[in-house]
Amino acid sequence: MTAPLLEIRGVSKRFTKRLDVAGKIARRLGSKIREETVHAVDAVDLNISPGEVLGLVGESGCGKSTLGRVVAGIHAASDGQVLYGGKDIATLSGAEKRAATLAIQMIFQDPFASLNPRMRVEDIIGEAPRVHGLISASDTSDYVDEVMGKVGLDPSLKRRYPHQFSGGQRQRIGIARALAVKPKFLVCDEAIAALDVSIQAQVINLFMDLREELGLTYLFISHDLSVVEHIADRVAIMYLGRIVESAPTEELFAAPKHPYTKALLAEAPRLDQRKRDFAPIEGEIPSPLDPPPGCHFNPRCPLARDDCRAQRPMLEAISPTRTAACHHWRET
Amino acid sequence: MSDVLEVVGLRTHFFTHAGVVKAVDGVDFTVRKGEVMGLVGESGSGKSITGFSILGLIDPPGRIVDGSIRFNGAEIASAPEPELQKLRGNRIAMIFQDPMMTLNPVLRVDTQMIEAILAHEDIPRQTAWERSRDALGLVGIPSPEERLRAYPHQLSGGMRQRVAIATAFLNRPDLIIADEPTTALDVTIQAQIIHEAQKLTRQTGTAMIWITHDLAVVAGLADTISVMYAGRIVEQGKTDDVIDRPLHPYTVGLLGSVPSANKRGQRLYQIEGMTPNMLAMPKGCAFAPRCRAAAPDCATAPEITKTDGRRLRCHHPQIAEAAT
Repeated sequence: MTAPLLEIRGVSKRFTKRLDVAGKIARRLGSKIREETVHAVDAVDLNISPGEVLGLVGESGCGKSTLGRVVAGIHAASDGQVLYGGKDIATLSGAEKRAATLAIQMIFQDPFASLNPRMRVEDIIGEAPRVHGLISASDTSDYVDEVMGKVGLDPSLKRRYPHQFSGGQRQRIGIARALAVKPKFLVCDEAIAALDVSIQAQVINLFMDLREELGLTYLFISHDLSVVEHIADRVAIMYLGRIVESAPTEELFAAPKHPYTKALLAEAPRLDQRKRDFAPIEGEIPSPLDPPPGCHFNPRCPLARDDCRAQRPMLEAISPTRTAACHHWRET
Repeated sequence: MSDVLEVVGLRTHFFTHAGVVKAVDGVDFTVRKGEVMGLVGESGSGKSITGFSILGLIDPPGRIVDGSIRFNGAEIASAPEPELQKLRGNRIAMIFQDPMMTLNPVLRVDTQMIEAILAHEDIPRQTAWERSRDALGLVGIPSPEERLRAYPHQLSGGMRQRVAIATAFLNRPDLIIADEPTTALDVTIQAQIIHEAQKLTRQTGTAMIWITHDLAVVAGLADTISVMYAGRIVEQGKTDDVIDRPLHPYTVGLLGSVPSANKRGQRLYQIEGMTPNMLAMPKGCAFAPRCRAAAPDCATAPEITKTDGRRLRCHHPQIAEAAT
């Protein structure tokens, strides 16, 4: 196997709500008030090979966006390392660090909130490559035309502001902005969730074209299983901060091993299922402030036993290509 | 089965400074007792405004300019406000996309649910409370007594939507209009909510209009499907017919753009362009500028044609391969 382009090693991200002055005084006086910590991402290991599309699937609050942001360098990891091309990004400095950060770009969910409404499209797209010295100021205009053409936008519209574009076009502007610094790796965080069905198809096609054309590698974060099934080579399923299963897409969809993956697949609505009886799993995602002990999925799991409540199942290889974190995966 | 709702030629227009927006422009459908109709369309297609029109919830500058809405045989499109108030929440209930829109954030759940009952019935408060509790139990909320004392912000999104559904079913309505009720929810919670709604319609015979942009959801839930585009219904029929044998190029395109297992890795069918500006609608068929089958005769607007219980608004029906 080729060396991974991006390696996530034991990455955790904790958010702590600090006590304010009143809280600190109350604690001095013997109150039980304490700092609250959310384990948004809990010791995650993932490898992504060059040219691969890894789908990261989970429900809201499972930490998938936080993990994406750690990879893109927006959040610093509390623990663990993100390695790009074999080197820990956090320890790099100077030109190497800049190259690594430019190589990883992010595309956001909401094309309405992620573009500065007061900047013209040409500045949104052209600013970063100019600041980083990838192009000279005099070349900016031509370069912006070229990038806009790549994502299917009419370059003659570059003097416009974001509000003059539709949702699908705005998402293309967001993609153009990311591509402008010539990245190798794109983190797409629910990049098509806010778009209409027919526009979703256009943007999915664009992602697949760009992948071929520019040899990009993707971390494709989504809650939509059918989209991930379509675009990803490999899928990782996340639940409450932990990866519970990862496998090549076809194998995962053909035979899910983790009970949570099974439940997700069974419940995603599909076109080919008519007048079906929806038989959902019980309960909701527990609060990440107070996760259940042992396996986080145990309160909702049909297979849960005492060992699930006592001990956290570690992610183990269940075949050469697949991993799962479940004490009882053999029974599924 | 008897018709609960019959909508004929409904037109709801908005008279804005920039011009007249024909949000709903000639919509017909019927919903029978115990039937679930999926009303499918993209944003701006007028599907929500259709739902609001039935309940008489259109605010100025909008107005129902034409058409008839018959509910259990009685005309309600032009009914006076007091008549509508007797229907709303009682015989016709609505579930919104955002449960925070339905629930008052400063009132406890019990206050709101009891109020919904007492507004229509003169019964003791205690009885209303018991009915609210039972309704919460029915939609799968654990320890309903406790939840009744909670404020909406103390509940999760899924729980809030359950409360909204329980409230909608409180007075055993004949019709429920659900406007994208699961769009904001996660997959597992969405399945739970659909499950509860499905169970309740089967138990009570309540008819339902399920408004959504997600064809996959209605494929598993609805008896009939109506596809809306730019204020008009372009195709209508039984769920199996519409999804397995779509006739309108727009339906064909929508189905083709849904990713599914056997299209893995291939390019998705894409509908070029975007939905038309409602202020400057193309003449003739509104879909023609994006349509692959468009021909010169598409410059005149196609009328609805009926064949084998299906209704279609297109000059050039497609006999496409099944999109699934």
